[in-house]
This record gives sequence, structure tokens and C-alpha cells, in this order.
Amino acid sequence: MLLLFGARPGNAQTSTAADIAITHAKIFTLAGPPIEDGTVVIHEGKIAAVGAGVVIPPGAQVIDAKGLQVYPGLFDPVTQMGLSEIGAVNATVDTTETGSFNPDVTAATAILPSSAHIPVTRASGITEVLAAPASGGFDSRNATNLIGGQASAIHLAGWTAEEMLINKRAAMVVDWPHIETRSFDFSTFSIKEKPFADVKKEYDKQVNELADYIEQARHYAQALQNPAGAGLQRDVKLEAMAPVIRGEMPLLVFADKARQIRDAVEFCDKQKLKIILAGGTEAWKEKDLLRSKSVPVILRPTLGEPAEEDDPYDRLLTQPEELRAAGVKLAFGSFDNSFARRLGQNVANAVAHGLPYEEGLKAVTLYPAQMFGLDSQLGTLETGKTANLIVTSGDPLDVTTDVRYLFIKGQLTSTDNKQKALYEKYLNRPKAAH
Amino acid sequence: MKLRANILCFAAAFLLATGVPLSANEKSAGGAAIDPAAPVILIRNATILTVSHGTIDKGDILIKDGKIAAVGGTLKAQADAVVIDATGQFVTPGIIDCHSHIAVDGSVNEGSVSVSSMVNIADVLNSDDISIFRDLAGGVTTANILHGSANTIGGQTIVIKLRWGQPAARLPFEGALPGIKFALGENPKRSNIRLSGVPERYPATRMGVEETIRSAFTEARDYKKSWDDYNKRVAAGEKNALPPRRNLKLDPLVEVLEGKRYVHAHCYREDEILMLLRVAKEFGFHVQTFQHVLEGYKVADEIAAAGSGASTFSDWWAYKAEAYEAIPYNAALMTRRGVLVSINSDDAAEATHLNQEAAKSLRYGGLTRDEALKLVTLNPAIQLGIDKRVGSIDVGKDADLAIYNHDPLSAYAVVQKTLIDGRVYFDREKEQAGRPALEKEKKDLLEKAKKKQEEEKKAGDKKSEEKKSQGQKPEEKKSEEKKPEEKKPDDKPKPPQDLAEQGGAQ
Repeated sequence: MLLLFGARPGNAQTSTAADIAITHAKIFTLAGPPIEDGTVVIHEGKIAAVGAGVVIPPGAQVIDAKGLQVYPGLFDPVTQMGLSEIGAVNATVDTTETGSFNPDVTAATAILPSSAHIPVTRASGITEVLAAPASGGFDSRNATNLIGGQASAIHLAGWTAEEMLINKRAAMVVDWPHIETRSFDFSTFSIKEKPFADVKKEYDKQVNELADYIEQARHYAQALQNPAGAGLQRDVKLEAMAPVIRGEMPLLVFADKARQIRDAVEFCDKQKLKIILAGGTEAWKEKDLLRSKSVPVILRPTLGEPAEEDDPYDRLLTQPEELRAAGVKLAFGSFDNSFARRLGQNVANAVAHGLPYEEGLKAVTLYPAQMFGLDSQLGTLETGKTANLIVTSGDPLDVTTDVRYLFIKGQLTSTDNKQKALYEKYLNRPKAAH
Repeated sequence: MKLRANILCFAAAFLLATGVPLSANEKSAGGAAIDPAAPVILIRNATILTVSHGTIDKGDILIKDGKIAAVGGTLKAQADAVVIDATGQFVTPGIIDCHSHIAVDGSVNEGSVSVSSMVNIADVLNSDDISIFRDLAGGVTTANILHGSANTIGGQTIVIKLRWGQPAARLPFEGALPGIKFALGENPKRSNIRLSGVPERYPATRMGVEETIRSAFTEARDYKKSWDDYNKRVAAGEKNALPPRRNLKLDPLVEVLEGKRYVHAHCYREDEILMLLRVAKEFGFHVQTFQHVLEGYKVADEIAAAGSGASTFSDWWAYKAEAYEAIPYNAALMTRRGVLVSINSDDAAEATHLNQEAAKSLRYGGLTRDEALKLVTLNPAIQLGIDKRVGSIDVGKDADLAIYNHDPLSAYAVVQKTLIDGRVYFDREKEQAGRPALEKEKKDLLEKAKKKQEEEKKAGDKKSEEKKSQGQKPEEKKSEEKKPEEKKPDDKPKPPQDLAEQGGAQ
């Protein structure tokens, strides 16, 4: 089938000097109306041409995609991809450092390129992700970092983390302080309840610590710029904050409750720092503030539990449209690695509850690319952009769709993975004797 | 345990027999009283996914006295029948969740001992759990409520219908055989949890897990024999025979040996699945379902040969070492090898979209549409021994139905109505219409509480002022701000119920 591409067993990607042309597909560029019978030409890792009457370059390898559809690959903007292999096995988990302030730690340092999660995730059409430290996860330990480290944007293919890199230092993770009067204490197996006043005091203390740290970082950044800083004692942590202070790197702030969201947005506004909100479970309560301050929001999976017992049962499902209609810029994230492949499904559920389909699709392609300043490379199928794209049997958001071909950086990438291999192995197990 | 269960069954039977109407106070979550059971409902012009005998493109369903009276074609109903216009909509059997922990008051685990068969989840059913309503809104009509996986042999389990608004005594599924939960692997051996101040508990290895089961059933077998001997002697006319001492822990295990209680065994790895099959064979009992059974695809033939069912996840994996080799093809592969498979939730939120999880088997392993739908309807019904009553749209079965606005094997389907026993327990339109009234009620209550707090504060201030002027120290004022709405103990991200079960989290 694709043997003409010379794929060697074990190689996930097939590099070829020749151009690639995907023909006779229905193409969703997300930069205009869909093209019914179109061609995409890939040249040296980028999209060279896309359209209805595109000429196939001589010598190009052709994939006839008749009956299939082409989309930009999906972008999952909050994951722990490569940072955690098995949630319950601590030795395989590198998501969260110890201590409150870790701006210098960077996700790319610890990404395991051969993580089983990577081939599993891309088989569902996700071609690039943001790997974010201290961002939670299905089985994470409680994150205690106020500043958790730098999130790295990566392609989901490459022999080394270096080869996978899109942007090593894409955003600075901040886990906004929590106010919880009730918590489950695993050591005593019971629910602990604290008075609100105490919890509020602790919360204020942490917010002030964050403010103090930003202040320190600001002074340090200024001192850095002073050429006569002979006496300056270098501090790698404060140094890592400099791009944030200069407004070059956004803060990726994790906040879910309305009070947290409000305080975080107002804090960043006052401190003149760029903020991207991650989580946003109660973002609907602060939609006007989010719009007026132009804060983009990356929402948690819509298939989660509402925040409060008396919230409407479909609160998380209707929230995306409510926010979009109010003018808030949206993206969706999986906030995980083993469930990253449900990204499309979560968006489809939001579409089923009112979010326009194209907005949903853009919320996991173009919009997250824009949020992280990567839209010159990714997010749509346009000439000059990186050829991260998927050829599917249908709607990439629905649960029954198959990804037939996958391209990352213009290279055909296998959809084989650990799970497919186990399936094939046991499909072929001879019938057991009794 | 037995006595209480008997009382419950009796009460349920009594209520059903006398047809006691629900009180006018029983409300749906929308705030309005549930329509009293309409004797006749006609669902008109729907695409009917019967699951048992194919799909009917445009047909009617007639419901009488809580049962399906007719299926398909254009049906006639009496003049006062309630008509549900389902044009453009899809009707499926109500979803049956074979692994659930909803409607439980407090912990799902009696985690103090490795064999806790004397405890019964039926004792702690909580009809106020909002998860009942939320799962209903996801099309679930029946759920297998299980003890957690903290113990090798856990507590007794019960099947319920999600009759939201009714008291706990009315939730149990009448006539469903009771169950008992077993757990193998990491959870009962506490691989992933360290309890401060609590000594390590046996078993700590998979070796010990097997021996725990073997030991318990050896005891149960001997106990059963002593009772059988006693009963024989009494039947033979012996006058002064002394009965053996009653053992509430072993009674349920004897029921397992006698085939009167289903074993639902939480398991992951291929080796422990085979272990339990061997031990069960040795002692002569049957494993009704393997739960989670994420490596079931590796030993599907063995499971099929034993006639055991498998109830698994759609695509969960990698959260524990024993889940690292889980594959989303599990349900399809086991099905192809002859195992009766269901897909379950083990989680209140997951249970709101089991139709979507079933749909994944179309893509992962190529099941047909009906095979996929069966994973959450007829198959779990058979696994729970209730398929004579539910699990498909057939004449004579309970009118437990879910109505969708879109093909249910898709992420775009939204439940419009859910019926149980021929009565609409969830109506999306009505629920939405009822929200403004609920919001107003909440607002009024908060205002009232705030006002009361302010008045108390004023009174307190006044009092301390007076005390001051009399030379006394003012009392310490409690500075209580209005507490934020109560939050459930599990903060996001929520651990899988499977892992959390061990910790007793809800």
C-alpha cells in the first residue's frame, strides 16, 4: 500500500525527498470554505499548494484520497505528554517539581520521545501538543507549585525531544492558589473541613507570595539589562521569569472557580502580564471580564462533572457556546495524556450543545495556535505552513472516525502504536485448547 | 444481612402489589411534580433501535402499564394516551451501567479487612445523590451498584433502577439476583497507596490475593457442609440436633457456591483472570462478570469457555501499571472470541455518555452497530440476569427507554427523554424550562441567609457594646463569611473511581 514510501519497520516516519500530493480529497483548510475535490502538495515539510486545480509536481508521490477528508492536525494545548507514563507509578511521572517556585524547569527537558502515549495520541489525529508541567492529569499528585515551569510545544513525532520541538518555552505555568474549605485527606481517609476565614487567609498569603515573586523578577529583569551589573548574583529561577516580565512569554494560569479566575485576570492586568486561562470550569461566571480583558480560555474536557451539585447537569457542555457568544476566545484541552485522544469527542459534545461546528474545530486547531503565537506555522491548511495534517474517513471530532493518513512536518507518520500492536498480536492468538 | 434484604424485598413487593401511588410531593429535578404514571404512552414516528431485532426506520412504540405493549408500524392508542412526537429522533433501550458507585451514602469501601462479605451496599443507598439524575440525563435507566475494590472479597452489591425522586426503598431492581464484589491486583494489595499509621494489610501480593479467596471459600465450604448436615439430620427427624453457629461473613459466600449470588470480580491482568477462573472451578462456583478486565483480550478464549461475562472500559489506560496494556479494542476482540461483553462507567460522569463509549467499538475492532449498542443495553442485562425485563425494545419488557435527537452511536447525540417503567423520569425540555424557578429559589434562599447573618452580627455587636459599657470584655465574634457552595470531596482532576475506590473516595 504505502510500501512505495519505503517505510522501514520500526520507523514511525517516512522521510522522502520527493514531494507528496494528496489528491481527490474533501479539504477543510479552515481558512475558507471546504474544497470538494482538492489536492494538497507537500514540499520539504511545508504545504506548497492547496486547492481544487492544483498541479501535481512531477516526481511527487501521490496518495489518492478519494472519499476521504483532509484537515489540519489537531492541537491539544494542555497535556502532560511525555512527562508521565503510568500515573500511579511515581518513577515514571515527571510532571510536577517540588517547591512553590520553579519557573526555570522546562517540560522539554523531561519529555520521553518514546512514550507510548505519543503514538497512541497521534493515531486519533492530534499532531501537536503543549506539554505543561504542574498541570494536573488523570492521576497526578496534588500540584503545589505556584509557578510550575515552562510548557513546551512539540510535534508528536521525532527521534529526540529536540526533533519534536516547536517552541521549547511557550508559556509559564501558574497554578493559581486554591480556596477549598473541604478536602479529601488520603492519610486519614476522611473529608476535612476548614473554616472559610482560615482558607481565605492562606489564599491571600499565597497570592501575595506570587506578587512578591513577580516583583523580585521585575527587579532582576531590570538589573539584567544594566550592563554595569557587575555585582549581580545570577539566579536561574528569576532569570527564567525575564521573558514573562518583558511580555514575551504568556502566563498559562490554571484557575477553575470564579473567584480564582477573577483574581487571576485582575492580577495579571495589574501586573501587566499576558495571561492565557486554563481550566475555566466557572468561566461563564466571569465571561464579561474575560472578554473585556481579551483573556483567551482553554477549557477542560466538557465531559467532566459540573463544579457544584446544583449546577445544571449540562453546565460544562453549554458553557463553550455561552462563552463564545459573549466574545471570549476559546480552545479545548485534554489536560491529560492517556485521555488526550478524547479531545475531538469533547469538542463534538460542545457542538451538540450549541457551539457552531467550525468554531469547535478551530478551537482545537487555529485558535490554540494563535494563543501561543504559532499560527504562522500551524492551525490551518495554507501555503507556507507546516504540513501537519490528517486524512480521515470523516468528521475528526466524532468517535467513529478513523485517521487513515497522518502527516507531521510533512512526513507520513505511522498510526501504529502499542495498542494496535497488542490488538494484532491477540487477534492472531490461536484458539486456546481446553 | 439476609433479614434486612428480605424486608427490603418485601417492602418493594408490597408497594408494587398494592400500586401505591407516588406522593404529590415527589419532584423531579426540574422542580415540577413527576407526571403520575400515565397508563398509556405512544411514542410516535421514531427510528427504533430495538437491539434484539434490528432497526425500525419510522415506527411507533406503545406503552401500557409500564411495559412495552407494541413496537413498530403506525400504532393506534386510546384518546387519552400521552403522545410523544419522536419525529427525527432515535429510541434505544435504556442504558444499563454494569459498574457504578452512584447513590451510595459515604464510602463505597469497608476497607478495614480483606474479606468484608458481611457488608452490603444496599444498606447505604442514597436516593438524593445528584449523580442519579445526571446519569438519567445520559440515558441510563439501570445500574449495578458495587462495593469498591479495596478488598479481595468485598461487600454485597445490588442492581437499581434510576428512579429519581423516589425513596431509596424503591430503587432496587425487583427480582434481580444480588451480587458480591471481588477485587484482584493492585487495589486490594494496596500497591499504590500508603496509609499513615495503618500497618500493612494482608494480602500484599497477588499470591496472597489468591490465598485469601481460597481460604475464605474453604471456610465457606466447610460452613455450608455443617449446615447441610444439620438440615439433613433435622429432616430425618432428629430432635436434639444443635445448629451450627451463624456466620454472616460466610453466608454470602455460601450463596455464591449455591449459584444464588453473582460474583463481580474487578481484575486487570491476564494472570489474575486465569487465577480466579481456576479457583472458581476448583470450588465449584461461577464468576458472573469480570469487571474492568482490561487484559481480557489476552485470555478471551478462557473467559468465553467458562461462560463468564466481561464488563470493561472503552478506552481508559495507563493510570496504573496493570492498566498499561489496556487497549480500546478490548470489547471488540473479546466479543469476537465469544465473550459476552459490556462497557461500563465506574464513574458518575462517564456514565452520562456510555452511548458514545459504545460507539468507539465501531472504530476499534469493527463491531456492527447492533453489537456496539448491545454493549450498553442487552449484554449488561444478560450479565445481571435481568434480560427478561430490560435490555431491548421488545413487547412485554419494561418500558425503560432513552430518546435521542441524533444517532446515539455518535458524540453529537443528546438525550431528550429517559423513561423507566413507562414513566418519563427525565425530560430535557421540561428540565430546562424549570431552571429559572430553581435559580430564583436559590437566590431567595441566599438572600434570606445573608439577611439572617447580618441580623445576628448586629445583635452580636450590640451585645458586645453593652458588655463593654458595663466593663466586660466583648465576646469573641465568629467571623463567618458565607461559605462557598459545598464542593464534593474529589477535586479536579478526578481520579478514576477504580483508583479512588481504594481510598474510599466517593
